[in-house]
Amino acid sequence: MSGRAAILNTIKNNKPAATALPFIDVSAAIQYIDLLQQYKTVLESIGGSWQELNNEIELEAAIQSITGTSTAVVNTMLSLPKDLAGVDAVALEPTAIAIMKGLVAVAENAAIWVTEEQMVNRLLPFICQQLVLVINEHDIVPTMHHAYKKINVAATGFGVFIAGPSKTADIEQSLVIGAHGPIGLKVIIVKNKYV
Amino acid sequence: MKDHASLAEQFIKDEARTDWHDETLWFVRQKRDKAAYGLPEWEQLRTWASEIKDHTLSALDNYLVEFETNAIANGIKVHWAVDAAAHNKIVYDIMKAQGVKKLVKSKSMLTEECHLNEYLQQQGIEVVDTDLGERIVQFRKEPPSHIVLPAIHLKKQEVSDTFHEHLQTEKGNNDPQYLTHAARLHLREKFIESSVAITGVNFAVAETGGFVVCTNEGNADMGAHAAKVHIACMGFEKIIPKAAHLSVFLRLLARSATGQPITTYSSHFNKPRHGQELHVVIVDNGRSRQLGREDFRNSLKCIRCAACFNTCPVYRRSGGYSYHTAVAGPIGAILNPNLDVQAYSDLPFASTLCGSCTNVCPVKIDIHQQLWKWRQVVTEEAKVPISKKMGMRFMAWILDCNVNYKAAGKIGRWVMRNLPFLVKNKLNPWYKQREMPDAPKESFKEWYIKNKKA
Ligand code: SF4
Repeated sequence: MSGRAAILNTIKNNKPAATALPFIDVSAAIQYIDLLQQYKTVLESIGGSWQELNNEIELEAAIQSITGTSTAVVNTMLSLPKDLAGVDAVALEPTAIAIMKGLVAVAENAAIWVTEEQMVNRLLPFICQQLVLVINEHDIVPTMHHAYKKINVAATGFGVFIAGPSKTADIEQSLVIGAHGPIGLKVIIVKNKYV
Repeated sequence: MKDHASLAEQFIKDEARTDWHDETLWFVRQKRDKAAYGLPEWEQLRTWASEIKDHTLSALDNYLVEFETNAIANGIKVHWAVDAAAHNKIVYDIMKAQGVKKLVKSKSMLTEECHLNEYLQQQGIEVVDTDLGERIVQFRKEPPSHIVLPAIHLKKQEVSDTFHEHLQTEKGNNDPQYLTHAARLHLREKFIESSVAITGVNFAVAETGGFVVCTNEGNADMGAHAAKVHIACMGFEKIIPKAAHLSVFLRLLARSATGQPITTYSSHFNKPRHGQELHVVIVDNGRSRQLGREDFRNSLKCIRCAACFNTCPVYRRSGGYSYHTAVAGPIGAILNPNLDVQAYSDLPFASTLCGSCTNVCPVKIDIHQQLWKWRQVVTEEAKVPISKKMGMRFMAWILDCNVNYKAAGKIGRWVMRNLPFLVKNKLNPWYKQREMPDAPKESFKEWYIKNKKA
């Protein structure tokens, strides 16, 4: 008997009697009076920073000023470097700053949903030194339950909730920002819809 | 053979260190409490999580097949391993087909359970653990002592000495920031040069055929996205029915583990990237047997948050190594006797049965009750010391019968007051490294009845 058949058979014989799935009633979840304020407070508490902008024009100016600080900036919201999707780790490693759009932001934990489509190269949001995520204010939802209602996790081959910069507390429980991923995360929140 | 009691005895010899270990973990437990109390629906979340897991176990074969079908459609190669040896061989065969001799690995308790590192090293393959805590213990040739905080037993001076030896950091520089940065530079090289990456799996979703990996450091992603081949290893109980259920588990996991609202990265892998190979290895290794043990099956609901470790007065004061196994703590004491009842017959006794583990468990496993039940199974099935056996039988008899229980309390208090030398002597194991309390004249029950009348 193959491993697969053996495992499935034993499970079939040993599993308990059927029970029902619960209904996840989202209205039972915590409610925030001010989503934006909640989002910003949590983001700060996990080591991220934020900038609020009114519109597309301000956003372009802000991105200009970020790009001006370094030559090693990859911005997937504007013109893409040639073949970014196929570039390997060696070529990507010197990336100082990566800028990309986030689709949904979660007020309870400051996480932002980003998919392969926005990152273009899956390694980019992890290998860069600083990550900048751009969100629309109206894409902030209260909790993860609301977030999963808005996204389709299987829409692309890879997607990730990113909450703050990479971190570790593996040495005597001392929090250190900047483990293997970015050492900084900035969230740009745009008031008026920007796609 | 070493058992929990004698290993714990070694650990508590250093009293200052024991206190430090205890306080460090209690600090993590308090952070968990703060995070839990921050959500009014916390208990509702635990109920949902528990019910989702119960349901999943009751239809596990169907969900595994659904997952497999969808994963294959996504371009993932799915493997099945009945035991640790089969799991290790599958991983090695993939390595061999690639013709590569090194790999990077992010945290996976399953690969610890299967002793994958030792096996691969015997085949001449270099395994680099990339979680900072795991890298530290790997340099020191030690296993992790905690499933979430692998190096929690070490002080920063020890990490500094280890890094000085292996990464040539400044001698005596104990700054966690400095040491972490040194590891970052060292491991970035490893990520970039490695063509195979192994990760664990936190949740596998039947509905999508994808899986989720949670880290704070970003090491699973650095490894998986840089490598040509990604191998994800999972115990079959990681399956959940739908993507929407992830919301329940992701809200509970990090809050229970470290008190964070969520881990930095919750990565959803659905398909290999263009040109990449993606493998999932589904492992049984005794789990299907545990599923058939009515008293113990719901230990398979565990999401490995380690909240039960951090709250356990025995774990906190005896350290991870005293459990002589990959998954220590209260949950380890339920899972391991299933793997080898003789070798782990001591673990169900490594508990005060205070029930704190059960109270914090995000998926509502009745941990302390299972420990009590394992004691009874173990006493029958395994060769436990006769002193423990007698104690168990005696306790079962006493607790069984209300009259005996009251009488025993009375006798105990009388002995403590009038013949204290019977208790406070070297032959009583409870007197070792402990002061025995002076016994009150009456039991709480007697006091309560008297005062209620008044
Ligand atoms: S048994 Fe419960 S508390 Fe312990 S690690 Fe598993 S899920 Fe967490």
